[in-house]
Amino acid sequence: MGLISRGFTGRRREGAEDLPPGQYLTHDFPVLAAGPTQRVPTDDWKFTITTETGARHEWDWAAFTALPRDEVTVDLHCVTRWSKLHTDWEGVSLDTLLADVETSAHYALVESYGGYTTNLPLEDLTDGQAWVAFRYDGEDLDPEHGGPARLLVPHLYLWKSAKWVRGITLSDHDEPGFWESVGYHNYGDPWREQRYWE
Amino acid sequence: MTDDPHGETHLDGNAAAGTLAELFTFDVTVAVGRCAGCGRVSTVADTRSYLDGPGMVVRCTGCDSVLLRVVSSPERTWLDLRGLAYLEVDHVTEG
Ligand SMILES: [Zn+2]
Repeated sequence: MGLISRGFTGRRREGAEDLPPGQYLTHDFPVLAAGPTQRVPTDDWKFTITTETGARHEWDWAAFTALPRDEVTVDLHCVTRWSKLHTDWEGVSLDTLLADVETSAHYALVESYGGYTTNLPLEDLTDGQAWVAFRYDGEDLDPEHGGPARLLVPHLYLWKSAKWVRGITLSDHDEPGFWESVGYHNYGDPWREQRYWE
Repeated sequence: MTDDPHGETHLDGNAAAGTLAELFTFDVTVAVGRCAGCGRVSTVADTRSYLDGPGMVVRCTGCDSVLLRVVSSPERTWLDLRGLAYLEVDHVTEG
């Protein structure tokens, strides 16, 4: 006896109430790598959306950075159990990028420079839920964190926020990506702790 | 045994389990694999492994293709070998 649980003191660990189950809070920004860091000069960078009919919509760096951009503050949840709260990004909303894209596809396969892929339902990329982000914390995005541009889908585990993003292919068929094809959950909602295949 | 429509017979995967169990007790550091991407043949020691991601990734030194991926949950482990055209393992010799 004599121990008073934290829950009754009215004082909680910072941010603990905002964390999905099984996550801990971190203040640094760990770099997770499944391969070599890609260093893509913005002169060579392109971003392409390909629809289920094969129609292509392509932006080079100048065209991409001329699009309206959002400033967003979001929480990041990595499946390796760290979470980082209130991170500041600048990027182009997928709503903007998809505005002139005609599609009835339900699925998106995101592709990166270096060959990484990740899949998600197209509806998780729209309605202000996803960005192609190119600035972090007021600076150009470092290659270590996916620069020049990465996908940012903060409501799903961070492996869905593909670094060095180069394009998205829309399809009627769901195709598992790099981690989704070897044990990681196809959807990856941190609040439902969807870490692994069920 | 199971009869298949082509009149051939095969055994279910349990029949392979003994062989696989034997294979996967090998000392992987002396095994040799061929990259399905560029064809390079190398030992595990001669590859690049990335251990600090959501899973373990082993890549070809020649072309950076993924050779194998391992993901472990508390309950089980998944192994993806599609990047390897083959894996060559010497039999253990006694003595
Ligand atoms: Zn290779």
